Amino acid sequence: MGGKILLASIDIPGIREFGVYRASGGYAAVEQALRGMTPAQVGNEVTKSGLRGRGGAGFPTGLKWSFLDRKSDKPRYLVCNADESEPGTFKDRYLMHHLPHLLIEGLIISSYALGVKTCYIYIRGEFKYLVGILETAIREANKNGFLGERILGTDFSLNIYVHPGAGAYICGEETALLESLEGKRGNPRIKPPFPAFKGLYGCPTVVNNVETLATVAPIIRMGGEAYAKIGRGKSTGTKLISACGNINNPGVYEIEMGLPVEDFIYAPEYCGGIANDKYLKAVIPGGSSVPILPADLMLNTARGEKRLMTYESLADGEFATGTMLGSGGFIVFDEDACIVRNTWNLAHFYRHESCGQCSPCREGTGWMERVLYRIEHGAGKMSDIDLLVRVAKNIEGNTICPLGDAAAWPVASAIRHFRREFEYHVKHPEVVKNTSHGALNYEVESMIPDSGTGVNYW
Amino acid sequence: MQNDNIIQHPQFIREGKQVAFAPGTLKKVHELILRYPEGQQKSALLPLLHIAQEELGGHLSVDIMDYVASLLGIQPVEVYEVATFYSMFYLDNMGKYVIEVCRTGPCALAGSEQILAHLRDVLEIKPGETTPDGIFSLREVECLGSCGTAPVMQVNTEYYEKLTPGKVDRLLEDLREYANKNKPGGSTWVEKFC
Ligand SMILES: Cc1cc2nc3c(=O)[nH]c(=O)nc-3n(C[C@H](O)[C@H](O)[C@H](O)COP(=O)(O)O)c2cc1C
Ligand code: SF4
Ligand code: FES
Repeated sequence: MGGKILLASIDIPGIREFGVYRASGGYAAVEQALRGMTPAQVGNEVTKSGLRGRGGAGFPTGLKWSFLDRKSDKPRYLVCNADESEPGTFKDRYLMHHLPHLLIEGLIISSYALGVKTCYIYIRGEFKYLVGILETAIREANKNGFLGERILGTDFSLNIYVHPGAGAYICGEETALLESLEGKRGNPRIKPPFPAFKGLYGCPTVVNNVETLATVAPIIRMGGEAYAKIGRGKSTGTKLISACGNINNPGVYEIEMGLPVEDFIYAPEYCGGIANDKYLKAVIPGGSSVPILPADLMLNTARGEKRLMTYESLADGEFATGTMLGSGGFIVFDEDACIVRNTWNLAHFYRHESCGQCSPCREGTGWMERVLYRIEHGAGKMSDIDLLVRVAKNIEGNTICPLGDAAAWPVASAIRHFRREFEYHVKHPEVVKNTSHGALNYEVESMIPDSGTGVNYW
Repeated sequence: MQNDNIIQHPQFIREGKQVAFAPGTLKKVHELILRYPEGQQKSALLPLLHIAQEELGGHLSVDIMDYVASLLGIQPVEVYEVATFYSMFYLDNMGKYVIEVCRTGPCALAGSEQILAHLRDVLEIKPGETTPDGIFSLREVECLGSCGTAPVMQVNTEYYEKLTPGKVDRLLEDLREYANKNKPGGSTWVEKFC
């Protein structure tokens, strides 16, 4: 379904090298933009394209760029967010690994549009091997006159540097990222001021995700309007989805926005169905921070419409029966997966990654982890379940950065949709103590999710 | 009052050892510092700590952190507070090969718990510990951005994906042989920056 836009050239042998990339039409968009368009025109095309941030929040990129303080006489910075640490997400890694020049091309055009002379790629330290790949691509682009002083003989000059992080999920949050880039602990800043006014070194700064910035190149090549025709409604274009969990074909897929979730899970060219002929139990469709949904609600909305891979459709029903597209980290759970264990696992993740600045997040993530641990290990009380809901509620919205919400939502949604599985754990401590499998394996009460309109797909 | 004892965390003992980068590394370090604007040299701290940890003994001793502070012209405490924040920096002595197993959700779905249990069995250590011969350290880490090829671990920041206990055994064998020949467990930070 739909042509590939970002990954169109991924199968060309040697596409990682400058020469091959250039011969396949690469960097033509840079020439087009620098030679034939003003920075404002480039920004316009991005606005027209309807491109929305691919890092998780889905904020319109053109609009974000328009906020950049252009009156300030300080230098402006573009920072590419390549921290990719959201569990379930590995699309940026895939893109940088296979098509480093596509990202560089997007960075050059975006920097031109924003009047930026220095751009940093903040990449998570664990992606050390990608640092070499990106540095090589930057050197090649430099050698061929696409970076450095007076690019293509114009007045526009740009340097791109790769900056490694050192293992901290929170540094994906844009203000923590800026702190980290300044050589400090990754403690998120209080907003406002927003980075558009006071970002890196107190200067106007735009922070965008890898996929967002890479997409700018094809948008210029094809034109904003043409890009906006792809996809569905306000979810324009294509999106990289990294699929993992209990499916036949884990991997990164470029899908046209609007693809039905059911097709994505079962079509052979995507996930290829649930592994080992098991049933689908639940999905976390946008990275571990977004609400988990049981199979029935994942495939169809509560209103009975087919659920589609768009920002709007995935959010249909809001928190009661919906979820979010997030970063596109699509985690699939089969019938054997234990929701309680998974929720405990993720609670551990958020407790570990909390930067510790706000008490609700620092303490609350620890409480949730400990309570979930005792439920999962056969020492839980019935009242623990509501306690978890209360703690999650008290974190949500009461913190400096959205990590607090991101920690609360998985717990709240798991209990909302799988309360009976939690209750089962409390009632049968001996069973759960000796197995880490999903409640379906216990061959007792039906595990049809509470939200259930009946699970037809099992 | 035993002030000294209260203040001195065991990890924070200044041994007063002379540490310094090799001349080639130092050249690269100065190039890296120039990537950041005038007056913002502190930005180079994370890359420098990566290089320092790798080239000066596998963990960040107080002496090494003081040395990095002097290179950047910042206070030592500015380095300590950063080194203690990020999970890739080690303050304790580590084994030659640091095995970091991803424990997060998607990897757990694919059997990371069994991989970790296997490593505990064969190495006879728990996460956070180092084998008595000083060859392996074992750690649990969070999502490595490799969930599609789970279960996953890194050894000295190199990826090993789609693990099985058998694959782990073969890798450990290879690494033991590497250790005999004193080979590094992977590529270096310095060669990544060009
Ligand atoms: C805890 C936390 C972690 C985040 N991690 C990432 C990340 O790894 N990569 C990313 O692009 N955005 C991440 N974000 C979102 C960024 O703050 C920011 O919104 C994004 O980089 C903006 O780029 P975009 O508009 O292109 O999506 C994270 C946000 C939070 C709150
Ligand atoms: S919400 Fe959590 S991670 Fe975010 S600033 Fe507060 S303590 Fe730090
Ligand atoms: S959960 Fe292990 S790599 Fe993502």
